[in-house]
Amino acid sequence: MRRAIVIAAAVAVGMGPAMLLSASAASTVEVVSFATPQQENLYRKMLTELRCLVCANQSLSDSNAELAKDLRGKVQKMVAHGQNRAAIVAYMTNRYGEYILYRPRFSGATLLLWVSPLLLLLLGLAAAVRLVARKSSRSETAYSAAQLQKVGALLKDELN
Amino acid sequence: MNRFTAPLWVFLSLIVLLGVGLTLNPRELPSPLLGKPAPSFALPRLLAPQQNFSTAQMQGQVWLLNVWASWCAACVDEHALLLRLARAERAVPIVGLNYKDDPAQASAWLQTLGNPYAYIAVDRRGEVSLDYGVYGVPETYLIDQAGRVRVKQVGPLTAEIVEHSLRPWIQKLREEA
Repeated sequence: MRRAIVIAAAVAVGMGPAMLLSASAASTVEVVSFATPQQENLYRKMLTELRCLVCANQSLSDSNAELAKDLRGKVQKMVAHGQNRAAIVAYMTNRYGEYILYRPRFSGATLLLWVSPLLLLLLGLAAAVRLVARKSSRSETAYSAAQLQKVGALLKDELN
Repeated sequence: MNRFTAPLWVFLSLIVLLGVGLTLNPRELPSPLLGKPAPSFALPRLLAPQQNFSTAQMQGQVWLLNVWASWCAACVDEHALLLRLARAERAVPIVGLNYKDDPAQASAWLQTLGNPYAYIAVDRRGEVSLDYGVYGVPETYLIDQAGRVRVKQVGPLTAEIVEHSLRPWIQKLREEA
C-alpha cells in the first residue's frame, strides 16, 4: 500500500516536466534559407512545435514522412511571407485541430490534461498524510497498560 | 474497510480507463473543418486538362469530395462502394481529388476499375489537400449546398459509414433545402 502511494506520487511529480519537454532538435530537415535570421528561428521553432500527424510521436522536424515534408514546405512559405507564429498556429489548428500542437493550449478541452499531474500529486499527498496519521494514532492508543507490562516482562526475560 | 479496498478501487478504475482507451481509435482526429466552409479551389481536370474544376460549380448541391490516388492501396478497397454510390438512385455527385499522383497512372487506374467521379480535380503537389487538412488517403468529405463540410471520413469508406452517416446526412440536407 505504501509503495503504491510512493509510485503514484512519483508518477505525478514526473509527469509535469515530461509533458513540457518537446521533441529533440532538428535532424531530417531540408536545407532552406530565409531573408532574416528571425525568420529562420521562427521556422525552426515552428517545426519543433508542430506534430507530424501520421507518425508515432514525432515533430515535423524529426519526420521524413511525405505529409511532414509538405507541412514543412507550408510553414516555410508562411514564414517567408512574413506571417507570425500565431498565424501559422491558427492555420494548422484550423485544419488539423489541437492535435497538431506538441504543446496543447490551455483551454476547456485540455484542462484535464494540464491539471491532472497536479491532481494526482494532491491525491498522493492526501493519501500519504492519511496513512501516516492513521499509523501514528494507532501506536498511541493501541496498547493497554497490561500489554505494556507484558512487553516489559518479555524484554526483561530477553535481557537476562 | 479492508486494507485491500483502496488498491482494489485504484486497480478497477485503471482497468476501466484503459478499457475505454482501447475502444478509441487514436488515428481518428475530429476535424475542425466540420460545419465550416470547405476551402474553395480551382484545379485542372484529370480527363479534360484544358478545363478547370472549381468548387463554385457545386454550389447549391450536396456533394462528396473524395481524395484518392492510384498509388493508394486502401483506395481500391472503397472503390466498389463509390461506384455503387455513383450509380444509386438520386445519387450525390462525387468529385475526385487526385492527390499527388501521376495523371497517366490515375487515368489508367480509373479505366481498369471504373470511374465513379462526376469531376476529377488534379492536385499534383497536394496543396489543396493540405488546405483541407488531408493526412491520410483516401479521405471523403460530405459538403452541403452552402459549401460547408458536414462529414469527414479519414480512410476508406465502408458500407456501414454510408448507411449510418452519409445517407442520413444527405437525406437531412435535402429535406432542409
